[in-house]
Amino acid sequence: MYRYDRHDQRFIDERVAQFRDQTRRFLAGELTEDEFRPLRLQNGLYIQKYAPMLRIAIPYGLLSSAQLRTLAHIGRKYDRGYGHFTTRQNIQFNWPRLEDVPDILAELARVQMHAIQTSGNCVRNITTDHFAGVAGDEIVDPRPYCELLRQWSTFHPEFAYLPRKFKIAVSGSPVDRAATLVHDIGVHAVRDQDGEAGFRVLVGGGLGRTPIIGHVIREFLPRAEILNYLDAIMRVYNRFGRRDNKFKARIKILVKDMSIDVFRDHVEADWERIRGGPGAVPDEEVARLASFFDAPPYERFDGEDASFRAALADNRAFSNWVKRNVFPHKVPGYAVVTLSLKKTGVPPGDATSDQMDAVADLADAYSFGELRVSHEQNLIFTDVKQAALLALWGELKALGFATPNIGLLTDIICCPGGDFCSLANAKSIPIAESIQRRFDDLDYLYDLGEIDLNISGCMNACGHHHVGNIGVLGVDKNGSEWYQVSIGGDQGEHASLGKVIGRSFAAVDMPDVIERLVDVYVERRHEDERFIDAVRRLGVEPFRERVYAEAH
Amino acid sequence: MPKLIKDRAVVDDAWTLVREGSIDELPVTPVIIPLGLWQQHRDALHERRDVGVWLAPSDDPDALAGDVSSLSLIAVDFPQFTDGRGYSTARLLREKYAFAGELRAIGDILRDQLYYLQECGFNAFAVRSDRDAAQALRGLDDFSDNYQATVARPLPLFRRRPEADRDVATQSS
Repeated sequence: MYRYDRHDQRFIDERVAQFRDQTRRFLAGELTEDEFRPLRLQNGLYIQKYAPMLRIAIPYGLLSSAQLRTLAHIGRKYDRGYGHFTTRQNIQFNWPRLEDVPDILAELARVQMHAIQTSGNCVRNITTDHFAGVAGDEIVDPRPYCELLRQWSTFHPEFAYLPRKFKIAVSGSPVDRAATLVHDIGVHAVRDQDGEAGFRVLVGGGLGRTPIIGHVIREFLPRAEILNYLDAIMRVYNRFGRRDNKFKARIKILVKDMSIDVFRDHVEADWERIRGGPGAVPDEEVARLASFFDAPPYERFDGEDASFRAALADNRAFSNWVKRNVFPHKVPGYAVVTLSLKKTGVPPGDATSDQMDAVADLADAYSFGELRVSHEQNLIFTDVKQAALLALWGELKALGFATPNIGLLTDIICCPGGDFCSLANAKSIPIAESIQRRFDDLDYLYDLGEIDLNISGCMNACGHHHVGNIGVLGVDKNGSEWYQVSIGGDQGEHASLGKVIGRSFAAVDMPDVIERLVDVYVERRHEDERFIDAVRRLGVEPFRERVYAEAH
Repeated sequence: MPKLIKDRAVVDDAWTLVREGSIDELPVTPVIIPLGLWQQHRDALHERRDVGVWLAPSDDPDALAGDVSSLSLIAVDFPQFTDGRGYSTARLLREKYAFAGELRAIGDILRDQLYYLQECGFNAFAVRSDRDAAQALRGLDDFSDNYQATVARPLPLFRRRPEADRDVATQSS
């Protein structure tokens, strides 16, 4: 992974000093709450329902074991012994004290981490495919470009006070595992007719109050122009994006109001002006960044490991876990392992400090000391020997991270919701838990196959409910908590937005509602047809009928 | 006389900012006027070398495209410091229109935004009158460098990085 040089280190050290002084001046009454708010937000600090919340960046989801141990330590020393991995590959601590935050940031800086621009109206953490570098279908390894974008976006002086927050995701593969179609900017590796790799750029996608699938602004961008082009997009947005209404301030509204064609004309005109200028990225810089992501020293294996194959045949529980939680690796004899943070009874994405320390040890023992965080809120070891999978499975079971449910109904994406978040209209974690409890029969879950269930506690959509095959949105009706259900949403390269099935439900009814949706699918599916494909074929109506038919 | 940060020093501000007014009421001392007034009376005011123009966040800097070589001062207004349009306005004035005179940030100008403003091309800062300009001056040094190409440092770090590292290697050997 990327290692800071003296420049990178100096920047974050200077940032810690700056924020320490800003915090001091705020506490001394020299800065008002309004003056301090954007400053603390751009250092990841929210004032939440019960306490401040600190969101720490995990740039494009990459984490070393040493960094994870520091996060565990921060959880223990400054919080209540746990952290929450988010849907944007970050981690949040829910109980730090404002006065401690400069010290926390200083501890993070020592392991090359930070909380810079994890909130506020600025460019946020760059996210990407959690299988980057090990997936067999990659056109370009997105990680060097993610680091390039991390540096470009960090302390960008022109774009620190945008109309609203700004999220960028990069995918190096045709299969989109980074939800790039629902980001402010999506960057996709593509090849032109001559086989040259470049980027397709999408703009104006997003979830939240007005969910929109991104528009293609440029089919093919030479790789060297990525920063100039993004500068041009950001400049048009910064100048013309609405600032009078925060609900209409995202770039998707500007693109919609201007039309993608007019927006593109503005961007291309500005790009022409700066194209080929100092912001053009030399090949040497890309090569320098790529050198940090060279493959680890893999052992050489011929084909599948025999002991692994034998264990698959002998041990049904192990083979179930492999089927759901292990992804093929491009190198023979290796595998990609997802640690499920979706055990029933534990808030999705949560991990204790002790678990983080244990995972760091396992990463050292099994996966070259590195791990990933996925936007589905799970952890990933990308480089595990097949021969070691059985042993790793045993260790993960003991930790509670071997629930074999990746991609299944109980692998729920879920925001912190009303239990923690001051924006939420409703709780989300207890809904996830009640559904997990209802669907606790693994054989049945396997039979159902892939179903993405996403839950958001409000229309800000941190739980990505719009792109869940089943989406649940917490709403407030006269001061009580209700849940609106949609079906037919999907992430990835065929991204689509779910349709609301009808009026909302009380929390207590949610497991029944999900069960009825699933029943319709089971009764009417074709062989090997996934839930999402059945919804696309059948439409919403049969599902709606069933759910509401027996309600009265 | 009010204080101003200009070219990294606190100085007396000789210019009067006219937020709104008519051509007849303009003082005879150096004055910064709204874009609209300038556009109406450009020909008459061209005689005076001590007239500057200020732009609101929504004003297009293109409106001054023909004036950049003759104007000695352009100001950009920040009604609230959280409204970041002026950063792009400044950058366009410097990079697209090659304005070389005094570029002044006015309005809700506070210490914690000075560094980014400077990088976008401002060289003068009318710090809000209830704050101490000398204190605010320190904000210009919050960071020692940038990753990006900026007005203040036109080459991004990735074009300077190997060289800068060589310097250090030489010094330490």
